[in-house]
Amino acid sequence: MKIKSNIAVSDNGFVFDPNTGDSYNLNNTAAEILQMLKSGKEETEIIKVFAKKYDVDETTFEQNFYDFLGMLNHYNLVEENRG
Amino acid sequence: MKKKKLTIAVTGLNNTDNPGPGVPVIRGLRESEYFDVRVIGLAYENLEPGIYMKDLVDKTYQIPYPSSGSEAFLDRIKYIHSKENLDVIIPNFDAELYSFIKAEKELADLGVRTFLPTLEQFDERAKSNLPKFGEKYGIKVPFSKTITSYADINNLRNNFDYPLLVKGKFYDAYLAYNPEQVINHFNKITAKWGVPVIIQEFIRGTEVNVVALGDGKGNTIAAVPMRKQYITDKGKAWGGITIGDENLVALTKKLIAETKWRGGMELEIIKNVNNEYYLIEINPRIPAWVYLAVGAGQNIPEALVRLAIGENVQPYKSYDIGKMFIRYSYDMIGDISQFEKLSMTGEL
Amino acid sequence: MEKLRYERPVINKIKAGVPDKFGMNTKIKIMPEIEGIPVKDIINKYGSPVFVLSEPKIRETYQEAHRAFSSRYPKVQFAWSYKTNYLDAICKIYHDEGSWAEVVSGFEYDKALANGVPGSKILFNGPDKNDEDLLKAIENSSFIHIDHFDELYSIIRLTKNTDKKAKVAIRINMDTGIYPQWDRFGFNYENGEAWNAINRIMLSENLDLVGLHTHIGTYIMSANAYAVAASKLAELAVRTNRKFNHNIKYIDMGGGFASKNTLKGAYLPGKDTCPSFDDYAEAITSALINSEIAPDNLPILFLETGRALIDEAGYVLGTILANKRLSNARRSTIVDIGVNMLFTSFWYEHEIYPAQECSLQTEDTAIYGPLCMNIDILREAIQFPLLQKGDHVVIPRVGAYNMTQWMQFITLRPNILLIDRDKNIQIIRKKETNEVFKQMERVPDHLK
Repeated sequence: MKIKSNIAVSDNGFVFDPNTGDSYNLNNTAAEILQMLKSGKEETEIIKVFAKKYDVDETTFEQNFYDFLGMLNHYNLVEENRG
Repeated sequence: MKKKKLTIAVTGLNNTDNPGPGVPVIRGLRESEYFDVRVIGLAYENLEPGIYMKDLVDKTYQIPYPSSGSEAFLDRIKYIHSKENLDVIIPNFDAELYSFIKAEKELADLGVRTFLPTLEQFDERAKSNLPKFGEKYGIKVPFSKTITSYADINNLRNNFDYPLLVKGKFYDAYLAYNPEQVINHFNKITAKWGVPVIIQEFIRGTEVNVVALGDGKGNTIAAVPMRKQYITDKGKAWGGITIGDENLVALTKKLIAETKWRGGMELEIIKNVNNEYYLIEINPRIPAWVYLAVGAGQNIPEALVRLAIGENVQPYKSYDIGKMFIRYSYDMIGDISQFEKLSMTGEL
Repeated sequence: MEKLRYERPVINKIKAGVPDKFGMNTKIKIMPEIEGIPVKDIINKYGSPVFVLSEPKIRETYQEAHRAFSSRYPKVQFAWSYKTNYLDAICKIYHDEGSWAEVVSGFEYDKALANGVPGSKILFNGPDKNDEDLLKAIENSSFIHIDHFDELYSIIRLTKNTDKKAKVAIRINMDTGIYPQWDRFGFNYENGEAWNAINRIMLSENLDLVGLHTHIGTYIMSANAYAVAASKLAELAVRTNRKFNHNIKYIDMGGGFASKNTLKGAYLPGKDTCPSFDDYAEAITSALINSEIAPDNLPILFLETGRALIDEAGYVLGTILANKRLSNARRSTIVDIGVNMLFTSFWYEHEIYPAQECSLQTEDTAIYGPLCMNIDILREAIQFPLLQKGDHVVIPRVGAYNMTQWMQFITLRPNILLIDRDKNIQIIRKKETNEVFKQMERVPDHLK
């Protein structure tokens, strides 16, 4: 999943979508995921990194992760031409 | 004279087409002869215009709605106090007054002063209690009834002629010409403010308002009557003029003397064709058009702060008749970075 | 390397004109234990969901209420409102504290007798009392609170065949300035019906008018309404005394005191607006003391408050079954507590707390019960922290009505526990089994 390139993410987790003028806030984990996605990391890789770094098992994280990606999609923050 | 430095927190920065009193209150304080004020804005929503008025508001903090409970509310006020060392808070919303009145002592113990009506005064003048209030103080009030459900709407024709007014507990008033419209307004109002809804006889006549300040001992410190000259489709005054109606001032003084009203108030009154005065509503706080009173020579926000910090305040003796206010809208330019800061930190 | 504390990722859209708690770091209150016992341990041992009642809290609240009235008025007697919670263990706590019983059916009446309450300490209310019930109450010298003329004439008829006098009071409804005005129970004050009923009773030899009773409504937030009601009852007592030279022995102010739950449609939370026992007591007792009743004849003040005494002492503990997204991407959380067991969620915005440490982030969430039924909603919209499946939640203030009004629908009803004064957990109602229901059912032969 690719985040639209012009989406701005601040260090504090503030997201501004210049296409629509909407803004969002993220908690720390969400901000970290978004930065990883922006830098082109694969989804499976992100899951591995998180399970290692945080006190969470892979299954739980995977579930939360895809729920979060669903929200990004809902808010139209991802590229549509995804295969 | 050296001006006294005070830090004053003010709510109601929503200077929108349904304006809160915060911005005009601040303007009054900024023009004070006695005080040099640092103004802390307290905002519920992130686009309240006052937040972005840098000449008026030194710093703004977001606060939770009173509906989220007094605990969260007071915690936030205490946090702000720990940062800003507040001297006085001037709450400007009806819906928050209950919480502030309840917290008055706790705030005072922290050194934060308020100048508010007592809970008895606040309850007594509640819209749903207006008929009793009128009876007790010998003031004409329109006939009104409290309703809580659809079923009550059908029975209204026993007591009322259409049109009639449908009013919310805290805010909102709509004119209804038939039961369908009452249902419509009832839904709108209950969704926002809950039950009860007040149904009030519609009195034809001229709408006149008085902004006043009572010292809690029965003295009227300030009272300025105004007639609305231009009313928006939301029923808000967009222009008004001070008038020299002595009956109105006398009525206000009588009310304040008998209730020993403490704090700011606005009386909404209709004068009918027979020159009878009907009290429509008492708002237990300073109204949004208070700056007209300042312009007419009675700086009510300043006097309220002086009372709050325990000064002896002499009543204003006069005001200028024929002073007008003409409200206007004005576009400020902000930046997403301001919005970001407010959203992410709750402060700006 | 030690792993970092995990918090599920969340994104919130910032809406203009909508207050946003994000920057304010609002504390999220959690309830990890009940009376010092971990929620997790309770659920592990007794299952989920489970009701828990606190005996220390029940006693403490009762004593607080009693003190509020007895410190202002010489003669005060509470009667436990059975319908609010008629688990025997609970009733017995109130009786142990000195409460009489207030019942509204033959079923409750028998329950009170079985709990060891003498008939002479039972107040029998309600519109449904059949001849058998009435006879029993007359024989046992219970106080019958008459609801309507049909009942009054039934009692007159029944006392012809017994040598016992019936001890009666009438229930009176009136305008106390509150809405809605409850006028379906008892005799109306304003239209003179109550006075007529008093006259009829005074003329009958076999009826002894001992009390006047009212119950002005439920969840009354205005203490003043009780003052109005007490004054009106006092006025009737004085009139009765003047005309018949007869002293009314007690005035029963009923119940209806609010608890700290927040009613749907209320703007401010109940915690902030609920009057205290002192507020109610001050209003009622000063109205009686300031009335024209002669000080020597001051009637006993009966109180039947139920909700305000027990709501706070009850909790229901449950577990997150699932999180999902609704079509508009709003979060919904399914818990194992349904409206079948939490009837009060139809009129309260119940508070729901996580039972374990959780993230500071909240999301606008709809909380649903487990029933396959569209109306099974605990909270339509609540800012709720992000919990995972299997996490526990606590709903406080559920002691009143839920354990009597609940229904066996779709699933069986759970255990009810009492934490006693020594912090021991006791089961006071066992969870239902299929056997219980099978016992009551009969299958006709042709369907066997």
